[in-house]
This record gives sequence, C-alpha cells and structure tokens, in this order.
Amino acid sequence: MPVTTIAGREIDVDAEGFLTKPEQWDEALAETLAANIGITLTDAHWVPIHFLRKDFETQKETATLRRVSTVGGIPVKELFALFPGKPAKKMSYIAGLQKPKGCV
Amino acid sequence: MQTLLILGGGTAGTMIANKLSSRLARSDWRVIVVDKDDIHDYQPGYLFIPFGINTPEQVRRSMHTFLAEGVELVMGEVDVVEPDAKLVRLEGGREIGYDYLVIATGTTPRPDQTPGMLGDEWHKSVNEFYTFEGALALRDALRRFEGGRLVMHITELPIKCPVAPLEFVMLADDYLRERGLRERTEIVYVTPLDGAFTKPVASRELGHHLEQRHIQVEPDFMIESVDQERKVIVSYDEREVAYDLLVTVPLNMGADFVARSGLGDELNYVPVDKHTMRSTAYGTIFALGDAGNLPTSKAGSVAHFSVEIFVENFLQLVAGKPMTHSFDGHANCFVESGGGKALLLDFNYDTEPLTGTFPLPKVGPMSLLKESRANHLGKLAFRHIYWNILLPGRPMPLPAAMSMSGKNVE
Ligand SMILES: Cc1cc2nc3c(=O)[nH]c(=O)nc-3n(C[C@H](O)[C@H](O)[C@H](O)COP(=O)(O)OP(=O)(O)OC[C@H]3O[C@@H](n4cnc5c(N)ncnc54)[C@H](O)[C@@H]3O)c2cc1C
Repeated sequence: MPVTTIAGREIDVDAEGFLTKPEQWDEALAETLAANIGITLTDAHWVPIHFLRKDFETQKETATLRRVSTVGGIPVKELFALFPGKPAKKMSYIAGLQKPKGCV
Repeated sequence: MQTLLILGGGTAGTMIANKLSSRLARSDWRVIVVDKDDIHDYQPGYLFIPFGINTPEQVRRSMHTFLAEGVELVMGEVDVVEPDAKLVRLEGGREIGYDYLVIATGTTPRPDQTPGMLGDEWHKSVNEFYTFEGALALRDALRRFEGGRLVMHITELPIKCPVAPLEFVMLADDYLRERGLRERTEIVYVTPLDGAFTKPVASRELGHHLEQRHIQVEPDFMIESVDQERKVIVSYDEREVAYDLLVTVPLNMGADFVARSGLGDELNYVPVDKHTMRSTAYGTIFALGDAGNLPTSKAGSVAHFSVEIFVENFLQLVAGKPMTHSFDGHANCFVESGGGKALLLDFNYDTEPLTGTFPLPKVGPMSLLKESRANHLGKLAFRHIYWNILLPGRPMPLPAAMSMSGKNVE
C-alpha cells in the first residue's frame, strides 16, 4: 500500500487514492482532500460527510449512496448536486473512507 | 422434538432442506419449508427465453417434487418473524414456532421503486428478464423489434447475477445480426458502475467484448425516473438516454417481511457474518442465498457453496460443538458471450476474477475470463446439473472453497 503526503502529513492510501486508515483522517484533511477533487466544503457538504464517518463507526464499512439517502435522510438528488458525477466515490474519498463496496 | 424452519424453497432453501433432512435424526427434528407458491424456476434460464434458446417449460418445475421425503412444505406468504418469541407468522394468521430459522427468501426485482417504470408500457417497450413473465414479454417484444435503440439498463447494485445484463447485450448482438437488424440497431449499456463490471480485471476484459461488438457503454448513470411518453430514462444528474426498447434490471430488494421484522438493512438484506451466514443480531437465525448481505455476488453458485459450509456448521452447532467451517465468498459464474461461446469468472472475497484455466492449470478444460466453446457447453449443461444434482443435494465434484490453481496473477 502506498504512503503519500497530504497537507504535510504521511497518509496511507490505496491505488486510487482512498485512505486505507480511517483513523488518519480529520476535518482539516477533509478540506485538502475535497480541494484535490475540486470541491470547496460548505455546511451542506459536511452533513453527509459527518453521516459517513458516524455510520462507519458502527457499521465498519462505508455507507452506500442509498444508505446515505434512506438512513442519513439526504436526497440522492442533493448528493449529486453537492458531489457532481460520482457522489458515492467523492463523498467517501473526502470522508477518508474506502469507496462503498455495495457493488459485487 | 426440534424444528428447523426454512423460509423460501428456492435454490438455497431446497438444498438445505434436502441435505439436512437426511443428516438430522428424524426422531428429533422437523424440517419445514415455507414458500408462497409451489413454483421453482431455474432463474438463469430467464436470460435465454427472450432469444428462444430455452423454452418456458425448460425452466419451470413444481417445488414439492424437489423436496426429499420427510421435509414438510407449507404454502403461505411470510408476514413477520418474531425473533425473541422464535415464531414466524404467515399471512392469514398461521403461526409456526422454530428452534432455528433459515431465511432463504432471496431477492426480488422492484420496478415500483423507480418513478415511471411501471407505466402503461411496462412489459411492452419497458422490459425486464428477472421474472418468468418478464422474460416471456421480452421474447415477444424482441420478435416485434425492427431496429432502433436497444437500451440495457441496471438500476442499482447489488443485483442477482450481475453478469446477466452483459450476457443479454452480447446475446442480443447475435440475435439481431441473425435477423438482419444489427445495422439498424444501436445497443447501449447503461450502468451505475464506472465500467462494464464490478471488479477491475473482469471489467477490462468484458469491456473489450462490448467494444468489439460496438456496444456503447454509458457509465455512472444513477436513474431517477423513466419517462415512458418521451421514451427516455433520466439520471439524477439530468442526463437522458433515449430508447426504443428498454430492458431494465429494476432495483433488487430482499423480502418486505425482513424489514417488518426489524432484521434487514436498507435493501431488506439480513446482515450476517460473512463466513458463517449467521445473523449478526440473533444466534438462532441464519440467512442463506440472496437474502443475506454477503459481500460477494448474489448467484446460485454462491448459494450452493455457502450451503455446503452452512450444513456442516449447523450439524456441529446442534451437537453443541463450535462451528469450524468458514465460507470464503466463492462465486463461479459463466458469462454467455454469444456465438456459441462463454467466459467463466471464478472469484471470492479476497481474489477478484483473474484469467487462466479451470478447474485444472493449463488443461482446463474451461478458460477463465476468455471466450470458449467449452464454457458455453458448461453453461448450457448447468440446467441439467441444477435440476438433477444440485437441488436434490447430491455431491458436486466442485469444492466449496475457491482454488488459486490455474489462475494467472497480474
Ligand atoms: C436472469 C437471471 C440469471 C441468472 N443467472 C445465474 C447464473 O448464470 N449463475 C448463477 O449462479 N446464478 C444465476 N442467477 C441467480 C440465481 O438464480 C439466484 O442467485 C439463486 O436462485 C438464489 O437462490 P435463493 O435460494 O437465495 O433465492 P430464490 O431461488 O430466488 O428463492 C427464494 C424463494 O423464496 C420465496 N419467497 C420470497 N418471499 C417470500 C415470502 N414473503 N413468503 C414466502 N416465500 C417467499 C420465493 O417464492 C422463492 O421460492 C440468475 C438469476 C437471474 C434472475
């Protein structure tokens, strides 16, 4: 697994750049990760990101888009507006989690 | 007297009932299967019905004829499970108590979950092949088809047999060529994934096959609605894909009673331990086959391999011993690629599908992730194996655990 330097810190990531150690994440890092993919975080962005982090604590895996909308209560339409194109991937990337593996 | 209650008499439920009824003492155990009807379909055959490769009669049988003597079959729709009372209620009020419960009610296509899918054009210009009725309607729609845009669409993952939509477009390519309609048809593959398949190596190999056949891929498409009047599907990020004939795989969901019983996740799948298929909430409940949330494909082959593990573990459990068998997520899927050929994918939780030969190194006879005639014959033969070996619970010469033998590691 490669190690990369983000915001002056050594961070473990996978081949696609997703964090492999969620405990290395904090909100400052999230700002940098978001900037990497052209997103400036607003209050509206933080709602799903905090949901992902919280849900991960109990579920031990990244919530799918459906879970963020049904359990987290954020409409899919809004997630697409906040994280254009690939909301599931972009949200989990910024939240310092693996992309959801709902797809097998 | 103890009761093993199995909800669902499909692929997993039937195999479990047959294997365990012969190994649990008759004097100590009742084995009961509940299903809503006496129909057992060979679902992989649904893919072939639209092209006339399988007839409807070849894929449909009576459920009870596959259950071993001594297994009780109760017809009824499950209403709710009460795990603390160890009780299952059927619609109409009948109650059945249990000592151990197996949930094997599978997953079902739910067109009602996407706005506009179930309009007047359902099973006319908007089709599916995940049900018996749908496969027949699609056969008729294909016969009427005279060219235009044929769109294959997947609503959301997971779906059972995630390769079936790929097989569909490759078989459609053949079918239209034979009827002289291919030049007049655009085939489009619309998927919520970022490529042809869920796993990287297979996605690349399968992507090549689509390219060679001039099948366009529209990736990252999350459907919001179907507009049957304008004949377009619309995504959440406001892209539109026009169709003349739409073939969709509706959202797949576990049974509603799972949610009513407080046993399911957001798609009504039962959270289970991925190595034992035991419910993470109740030690007396297991979920086998498509009904559970195992992180592997929802496929008959997974049902088969995981049932083998479950049966051995269950016998240990009821004998008061620790369960020592562990399921590795093994899936083995044939992918029909048209022209009398097929590919084969073999993978588990840790190893994605790779190229190579199966089951033996170099000699095969089947090839992994490459088209061959042997694979195609294997796929066609599987219907007989299913009815005559798998369902009755006879031993299969394929080990439950995946083997690295013959695989090329990249
Ligand atoms: C088009 C298609 C192609 C496929 N191709 C392949 C393939 O090539 N290879 C492969 O390995 N797999 C394939 N599959 C997948 C395979 O068929 C399933 O994974 C397998 O049948 C799952 O078995 P199961 O026992 O979990 O569910 P099922 O076999 O679906 O059985 C579920 C049973 O539960 C019953 N039930 C549901 N709800 C209730 C209720 N509330 N009350 C009472 N009874 C209920 C149903 O009537 C049914 O009998 C394919 C599936 C489809 C649709």
